[in-house]
Amino acid sequence: MSTTNMTSTLSSNKFAWLLKREFWEYRGAFFWAPAITAMVMLGIMLLVLIGAEFTAHQHGIQLGGMNLDRVVENVGAGNVDKVHSAIDIGLVGMSMPIGIVFCFVVFFYLLGALYNDRADRSVLFWKSLPLSDTETVLAKVVAAALVAPILATVAMAAMHLGFLILLSLYMLMHGIPSALALLWSPTHLIALWLKMIVSIPVNAIWALPTIGWLLLCSSYVRSKPFIWAVALPFIVLFLAWFVGLLRTMSLSVGWFWTQIIGRLLASVVPFGWMTKASFTADQLNIGVGDGDDDLQIMHHVLSFDAIGRALTMPSMWIGAAAGAAMIAAAIYFRRSRIESDA
Amino acid sequence: MSVVQARGLSKRYGSTVALDNVDLDIQPGRIVGLVGPNGAGKTTALKAILGLAEFDGQLSVMGLDPRTHRTELMQQVSFIADVAVLPRWLRVGDAVDFVGGVHPRFSREKCMAFLARTKIQPTQRVRELSKGMIVQLHLALIMAIDAKLLILDEPTLGLDILYRKEFYNTLLGDYFDEQKTILVTTHQIEEIEHILTDLLFIKEGRIVLDASMDDVGERFAEVMVNPDKADSARALKPLYERQIFGKSIFLFDGIDRARLAELGELHKPSVADLFVATMKGTYA
Repeated sequence: MSTTNMTSTLSSNKFAWLLKREFWEYRGAFFWAPAITAMVMLGIMLLVLIGAEFTAHQHGIQLGGMNLDRVVENVGAGNVDKVHSAIDIGLVGMSMPIGIVFCFVVFFYLLGALYNDRADRSVLFWKSLPLSDTETVLAKVVAAALVAPILATVAMAAMHLGFLILLSLYMLMHGIPSALALLWSPTHLIALWLKMIVSIPVNAIWALPTIGWLLLCSSYVRSKPFIWAVALPFIVLFLAWFVGLLRTMSLSVGWFWTQIIGRLLASVVPFGWMTKASFTADQLNIGVGDGDDDLQIMHHVLSFDAIGRALTMPSMWIGAAAGAAMIAAAIYFRRSRIESDA
Repeated sequence: MSVVQARGLSKRYGSTVALDNVDLDIQPGRIVGLVGPNGAGKTTALKAILGLAEFDGQLSVMGLDPRTHRTELMQQVSFIADVAVLPRWLRVGDAVDFVGGVHPRFSREKCMAFLARTKIQPTQRVRELSKGMIVQLHLALIMAIDAKLLILDEPTLGLDILYRKEFYNTLLGDYFDEQKTILVTTHQIEEIEHILTDLLFIKEGRIVLDASMDDVGERFAEVMVNPDKADSARALKPLYERQIFGKSIFLFDGIDRARLAELGELHKPSVADLFVATMKGTYA
């Protein structure tokens, strides 16, 4: 094997080791937090179903805004689509707590990623190894942008399976086995999971400005990265408003709020790119049975089309470029900012 | 080729000069003690050598510029920065796997052999280890790396005498050979003076003594002088004078031994005495 080959093998292995290290350090946040949330959600579902055993006669069971009795009626009437969207909405809805936990996990992971090891001085151990600052920082980017979302997605899919199993048992007990085929329609379930998987890289690109900003703060500040990361954008907004800069540039406070502060601090929220503005009026007007809440909009716009269209939004790529620049700055500061005031 | 070569190495933090035009040559196969009072610039010098801080002037370590080639440099240079900088969440076994995974010159067998001589278990986390055991673990990881230059910055600070002795014995017995170079800073000079081959004193950012231990033995002499000859001793411009049992002890640099022998009893000064003499007035 040539020397170049050996060097490149070692450096790709190095990156795998760096990712492993992130996982070792944040196993609780990356793996256990979504896993436990999924288990709690399943526990709640179980309690709901048990409760339903006793009260179903009075209230019925809701599934994605559709009463379970009506699900059965619809099956009878052959309204398969309606049942599927009801199930989908149920599955997406119960995934949201995992999504929320994921947001907190990634936000605080990024804030600490280049700060905690300076605070406890273990940075001096990592820096004693032949690892470049670029590799180190990029491993943290990949951990936040891909590793954590993949683990959260796996937790969601496992929870979906658990939920469908619970529901199937319930239906079997109630003598409606005809519903099982619908519940377990494989093309349908796999389509949902595929959308979730395809969304991971799209979410990752969308998240870059927040990843970059939090890593930059984490790499640069000597103390209190949280305060700096959160307060600085607000101070800039206040100053820009106060000296009239916003007006001179004919920008509104609302614009600054969503396009700057929102992108710097909240872009790690999955599907954050899915604003109403990014969809055609047509898509928004699809009415689904009972009501038109955000969940149903989300279900109907969570199409492969919409995911693809998100990649054509200028704000996706402008944000990504800004994120990349801030990641480069974080790498630069990682070189010589070793001390912290902790 | 020098392992470390510095020309006009300078570093300032605001108005404070941490390193003032330092010239330095460290040859392979030496154990060099870098000794100085707090704030003299020791850590700054080590950080510059390790590529952890910006600096002015020329510096070459293993023929590389540490500012631009830090990653390559770290394949040949190891360092223990301080006690207890291993991350507290890390498992011993994972630490061995990780260093083995990222370091091309790491020998897993050697590391496990060193660890087998301690009470450290692979499943333990660093936070479960005592301070002394953390240093043992760190040393086991570092000694298993076949590095050309090992830099130790106060490696035994806060450890008891058993761990300190064991640290340097292991380093000398199982690690050091003529292919390797060790640069060490410590405040406990008297404990390492017998293992050093070279001595560097640093004071207020300048190197004030750069000599091999053999040279030190030849150049410096301590003389115990009776009061009647004290004035003639002072005429020879001693580095330092202290009183003990009514006699004066003078420390001389580069004065002919025959002349000194006329004044009184000659001794080889300890590095600690030499240090005190060289650094007088530092905190005044």
